[in-house]
Amino acid sequence: MKLFYLTLLTLSSLLFSPISTYASEVNIDYSVQEVSSAIYYHQGVHQDANQQNIGAIANVSFIIGERCVAVIDSGGSYLEGQLLRKAIKLKTELPVCYVINSHVHPDHTFGNAAFKADKPIYIGHEKLAAAMRARQAYFARTFEQLLGAAYQGTEFIYPDKTVSVNKPLTLDLGNRAITITAYPTSHTDHDITVFDNSSKTLWTGDLLFSERTPVIDGSINGWIKITKQFLTMEIDTVIPGHGPATAHWQQEFYNQLRYLTVIREGVRAIIADLGTIEQASAVVGLEEQSQWELYEDYHRRNVTASFVELEWE
Amino acid sequence: MFSQTIKFIILSMMLSFLSTGVRAETPKEPLWPILKEIHFEGKTIREDANDLLVIEAPKRAEDAAIVPISVKSLVAQTADKYIKNIHIIIDNNPEPYSANFHLSPELGMIEISTRMRVDQYTFVRAIAEMNDGSLHMVSRFVKASGGCSAPAGKDAAAALARLGKMQIRMRKPTVGEPVQAQVIVSHPNYNGLQFDQKSRRYIDAHYVKNITIRYNDTSLIKVDTGISISEDPSIRFTFTPTVAGTLQADVMDSRDQSFSLNKNI
Ligand SMILES: [Zn+2]
Repeated sequence: MKLFYLTLLTLSSLLFSPISTYASEVNIDYSVQEVSSAIYYHQGVHQDANQQNIGAIANVSFIIGERCVAVIDSGGSYLEGQLLRKAIKLKTELPVCYVINSHVHPDHTFGNAAFKADKPIYIGHEKLAAAMRARQAYFARTFEQLLGAAYQGTEFIYPDKTVSVNKPLTLDLGNRAITITAYPTSHTDHDITVFDNSSKTLWTGDLLFSERTPVIDGSINGWIKITKQFLTMEIDTVIPGHGPATAHWQQEFYNQLRYLTVIREGVRAIIADLGTIEQASAVVGLEEQSQWELYEDYHRRNVTASFVELEWE
Repeated sequence: MFSQTIKFIILSMMLSFLSTGVRAETPKEPLWPILKEIHFEGKTIREDANDLLVIEAPKRAEDAAIVPISVKSLVAQTADKYIKNIHIIIDNNPEPYSANFHLSPELGMIEISTRMRVDQYTFVRAIAEMNDGSLHMVSRFVKASGGCSAPAGKDAAAALARLGKMQIRMRKPTVGEPVQAQVIVSHPNYNGLQFDQKSRRYIDAHYVKNITIRYNDTSLIKVDTGISISEDPSIRFTFTPTVAGTLQADVMDSRDQSFSLNKNI
């Protein structure tokens, strides 16, 4: 494993803010791991974005072909994007030709601007731009506060090239073909996956959460359906949106399937009994608490989101 | 195997601090005095009216797009003395004046709930206006949800596909007994800040303007709504049917489209 230690001397507060009287020093251990030949990723921490973790909470990756490099999710801040770019430059001199965003969430897109100098083609689902515009003002306001200095430089970069459901897109990185597939609404209404045909590595984006509580920002019914579909695929390695890359990916999909199914069945029962969101939030899925990181932060939200969807079944 | 240490001083970061203009933050100045002047000009509002009214809202907005908010009265509605209106104000939302429930003395006890969008840390207020014109307020502080929860729709296509579909959900009522009912209408309740990819333009605000709920010929609740209300607006309430009859719900949106549903009980 190759480690880059990065010391950020955040002198800005000392130099430019009259109220601060000291410089804070942030130590960031930014490492990338090789998953298989010429595929690297940095594993995000299981935390919410903050100034200390610079928003590096999701998995970000790159794959090197003979011609160029594709980035798969760019990081949770401009600063993480810069660190990822630096990590790439230490592995190869080839240019970054594609930056692929699995979906709109900040931890997967906020590093986009760090790659602008490479003039890559930004790629996303056909509904990514709409999702970005709908959330942009909210994300900017919220994450500027959460991330502090790490946010500076972050831009909302829209896809140059989009992928539609049922029309997978294959890109050639130079003797290395990757296939991008778009999905109907599941984790969000604009999820895509990337598959490296030679190593049979699948990047699921947030269609798979491992260890960390899955977040429903699309459709619980859609996500259950797609989780089941993944189980039948021929894959060697999965790089999930959160949690370690794994060859034992089926277990991870089963865990997620169990979690989503527990919520769906619990919420359906409450709705059938004319119960409320508050009642559902208080009781549904409590048995899952020990299975997931950040359960307290995301579980009730998932119950709430599922409730308003399942009300229309 | 090796490890490498890079000392990385981010000058660009510091420089960008210099050029950063006004930062959008949760307003530190309380907006309530201004909102009070706008909506209740010159009137006196009795605060902490906990003897009359209870407002329930989660301490933290789990999903910024769907925050359940309930209001209950502790004093029965009578023909002589009743709550005529309940105004809901969410101080830090883009449109703070979020709903006005016009209530009938026929309701008996007030027990209503709905779902709201909550953008950021905010007070949520319910102001009861009595039939004598006096005003009584209760409030709750709601923390914004963290992370990636945005007050945006999750599946715009699905919401639009079932636009105008309605449900009236309730247990089989007994005449003379209070029963809880829910009126829900599928509607994207677009706030006008959302972008449509196909037409490459911002979608004009398209939201539910009001929902009227009647039992036979008596109006029970009429609520004026706006963009603070969640997608697929839902009104839950309690009423007591005194005779057999028909519960009727009529919805009007900002494009003057109307939707109706009734249920015989
Ligand atoms: Zn996500």
